[in-house]
Amino acid sequence: MSTPTIASDVATRRAPALGGFNLTLLKLEVRRLTRNPRTIIIAVVAPVVFFLLFGLNRSYDTIKYGHGNLSAFVMVSVALYGAVLATTFGGAMVSMERSQGWSRQLRLTPLTPAAYIAIKVVTALVLGATSVAAVYIIGSLTHKASMSAGLWIATGFSVWVGSLLFAAFGLFMGYLLPAENVMQLIGLIVGLLSFAGGLFIPISQFALAVQDVLKWTPLYGLNQLVHTPLLGNGVDWTWVVNVLGWLIIFSAGAMWRFRKDTARV
Amino acid sequence: MTQTATFGTGRSADGMGPLAVELTGVHKSFGHVHAVDGVDLNLSSGEIVAILGPNGAGKTSTIDIILGLSQPDSGRVQVFGMHPRQAISRGLVSAVMQTGGLLRDLTVFETAEYTASLFARSQNPREVLRTAGIADIADRRVNKCSGGEQQRLRFALALLSNPDLLVLDEPTTGMDVEGRRGFWAAIRKDAENGRTVLFATHYLEEADAYADRIVLLRHGKVVADGTSSQIKAMTAGRIVRATLPGASEEALRTVPGADTVEVRGETVLVHSNDSDATARYLLTQTAAKDLEITARGIEDAFIALTGDDPEPATPTSPWMTR
Repeated sequence: MSTPTIASDVATRRAPALGGFNLTLLKLEVRRLTRNPRTIIIAVVAPVVFFLLFGLNRSYDTIKYGHGNLSAFVMVSVALYGAVLATTFGGAMVSMERSQGWSRQLRLTPLTPAAYIAIKVVTALVLGATSVAAVYIIGSLTHKASMSAGLWIATGFSVWVGSLLFAAFGLFMGYLLPAENVMQLIGLIVGLLSFAGGLFIPISQFALAVQDVLKWTPLYGLNQLVHTPLLGNGVDWTWVVNVLGWLIIFSAGAMWRFRKDTARV
Repeated sequence: MTQTATFGTGRSADGMGPLAVELTGVHKSFGHVHAVDGVDLNLSSGEIVAILGPNGAGKTSTIDIILGLSQPDSGRVQVFGMHPRQAISRGLVSAVMQTGGLLRDLTVFETAEYTASLFARSQNPREVLRTAGIADIADRRVNKCSGGEQQRLRFALALLSNPDLLVLDEPTTGMDVEGRRGFWAAIRKDAENGRTVLFATHYLEEADAYADRIVLLRHGKVVADGTSSQIKAMTAGRIVRATLPGASEEALRTVPGADTVEVRGETVLVHSNDSDATARYLLTQTAAKDLEITARGIEDAFIALTGDDPEPATPTSPWMTR
């Protein structure tokens, strides 16, 4: 019996800083990503292969495009596709954690919901950065893509920061969809959004009325913005509205599902 | 059995520190089901307490409320004098739940490292794995671990913050006899340092063997609360049954040996801890006749206390009749 000891122990205990967010967590979350072969294939191998297939056409290095060439343009598109897939998958990993009961286990620890979401977003962004880096390294090694050093950094950084939008989308889907098929579904959804957003073919290929709709799909605005440094054509305000609007929608959706999931009944 | 039998616990905080758990008038309903129906429960530091009851008695609902996983509809919940969530964030409370999961793609050690990093202060993960007897499988992936090994890992995770209160929901479900014994040996050893342990079980023997105090739940209500031997004495008592017109329950309660009493028309039932004294009194001091004394087994009594039948168990083995 040690009541006085317990009382003084109770008094000295503290909650962790930052709601439990820490670098050990980040290290282990990233390690988990590397253990999932499917994640690596989707986030790193697939975009690299896409670039090798579509970015190195014989004449692409000679076709000038903005401040670079067409090969560089395709590289930015492919990097965006890879980063978007990577961050969506990173965010959607919450669905596995829910189905394995880990989310419930975490509720018995000091980790706050906000810190948990933060660690998921940061982990997704690490995977997104890996994807962008892989495409850009291959782009540089193949000597076809050409733009100034400043533009490599500017476009790469834009793609990476922009992919935050899809970390929010992934979280939303991870809380919304059942774990068994969330990965297949989001692969399909991201593919469709990429077509609609003009990542694979310019939307000018479609009828004008269709273009007006496609301009408000979630990847169109982001796709335009990340190519802006290369094309040097100025920013259209509707692109910014598109990205911010969808960021609000995805974050609000994720927050709504998340609250439902962790609600104390 | 409609009354609550309450005994002193023999321990008290005596104002020396906050109670480990303090539930006051806690209610919780799910639709039409009143899962927790006015539970009052105080746990002092260092007690090992069993919440005993059949499935659906409200054990898990009560534990969820203590852990802040669920909010009571009404009533007060305090854990070490604070809100359950605050107590958890300070590492004062840990739990091993039936539903808690583990990440399949981490190793045993990584899982412990992950959890340890969440606390402001935690024990060394390697040492805790040793305590839980799984140091030898530290580098094994969780998905390669057996059910028993995963349960030990959950136990290790619960010890990482060196909690002052450890809550276990049906901790030995699925363990064999040997595993169960080892598990409880570890828990008891651990509790010697003043840790409060609260566990839910539907095994009467488990509560009997390992708890200092047993809280019996039925239909979300505490129907008995006392030390293991007190509950045993109560459940091992006898029923004295007699015909006694015009008897009142108040008067019968003063009969020697009476624990609980019931009047059904002209028949009176006295649940007695001293059936000889009760019978002698009834036959000599009252107009009681047709007296019958029935013993009942612990299991019968347990079912009577916690089962669905609102009446006391029907005497099945009359072995003395006067």
